[in-house]
Amino acid sequence: MNLVRRLFFSTSPRISSSIRVERPPLPASGEREHLWPLLSLIAFIAFAATAPAFATEIPSSERRSDYELMGPQTRAIQDDDTANPGMLGALDGEAEWSRRDGAANKSCADCHGDARASMKGVAARYPAFSPALGRPIDLEARINMCRTDQQKATPLRFESKELVGLTAYLALQSRGMPIEVGKDERLKPFIAAGRALFNQRQGQINLSCAQCHDDNWGEKLAGAPIPQGHPNGYPVYRLEWQSLGSLQRRLRNCMFGMRAEPYAYGAPENVDLELYLMSRAQGLKMESPAVRP
Amino acid sequence: MSARTLINVPAKAKRGEVIEIKTLIAHPMETGYRVGLNGALIPRDIITTFVCTYNGEEIFRADFARAIAANPYLTFSTVATERGTIAFQWTGDNGFSASAEAPITVE
Repeated sequence: MNLVRRLFFSTSPRISSSIRVERPPLPASGEREHLWPLLSLIAFIAFAATAPAFATEIPSSERRSDYELMGPQTRAIQDDDTANPGMLGALDGEAEWSRRDGAANKSCADCHGDARASMKGVAARYPAFSPALGRPIDLEARINMCRTDQQKATPLRFESKELVGLTAYLALQSRGMPIEVGKDERLKPFIAAGRALFNQRQGQINLSCAQCHDDNWGEKLAGAPIPQGHPNGYPVYRLEWQSLGSLQRRLRNCMFGMRAEPYAYGAPENVDLELYLMSRAQGLKMESPAVRP
Repeated sequence: MSARTLINVPAKAKRGEVIEIKTLIAHPMETGYRVGLNGALIPRDIITTFVCTYNGEEIFRADFARAIAANPYLTFSTVATERGTIAFQWTGDNGFSASAEAPITVE
């Protein structure tokens, strides 16, 4: 019994209460200022040691659509418009295109006419610079801008059937056309911001987008191929989602996997990332609505 | 209640030829096992039956279950016998009902 008592009920002295950490008082503001050059140097060294260099970007000759890394079944679904469930969303968008809405009681078609002509190539140019906002705007936000400014209607909710459908219908009109994002000089600082985010390690597992999609594309992650991460098929029908989804949904999804806090829908960081990815995929052909696992 | 469908039936076929029919329908196929944001079960909402008729005669039938993915895609084959209409009917939970048809010419 004594042994048991000693093993299980031993009363070792508590040390926590007896230890007191003496903190030096914070330096006065004048003293703190000259710490900044040192801190920034440390930060730079830490950044240089951990962040992958931009030199690891995929050479443009090796950039190809993620379609080529997909399995034959997934490609077969995408290849056949009557098997591709993303086309159901594009049909929803087609109906939405000519539906009158808002205080102005106007439809998209009332201004833009036949989308098959007027919207040809548009999705291959978005995100584009918006002079009104002074920053890039993606296709979803552009649609909602038309809704509030022209139709005098409420903006469509992100990932709603209507907004994803409309985006899919517009993107479909650019199918087979090369991505042209990245040529506008005004976008350069935002592309740079997107590139920095792409290369920034973040989240609990301290991972950057580039570590998978620049450095390890073509390898496997839990049995699935790691794609180069090109946005030429968005909105995509993702088999895991069992629905169409936007590029922002995919970005948030990836960040969740990285155990980082996803940026909110419509956040400038998400748009900068979309912009960088589109400029990185410049020249690749649009294939929306693509099918991905 | 209706739903968007995509049907692929060859417009023309030779008599006696085996043709492939492809059907796709928009439906959430909610299993009834998932929990919503409020912690409550999302009630089951699935397609339960699919029937295909060729000039009124039933040529294919399928019973769907909870494990079938959203937007069910079905492909099957039949023998082209005569000119006419191939019709499709889906029925399911909450009074769900959708139909589609495609003409076929047989030479």
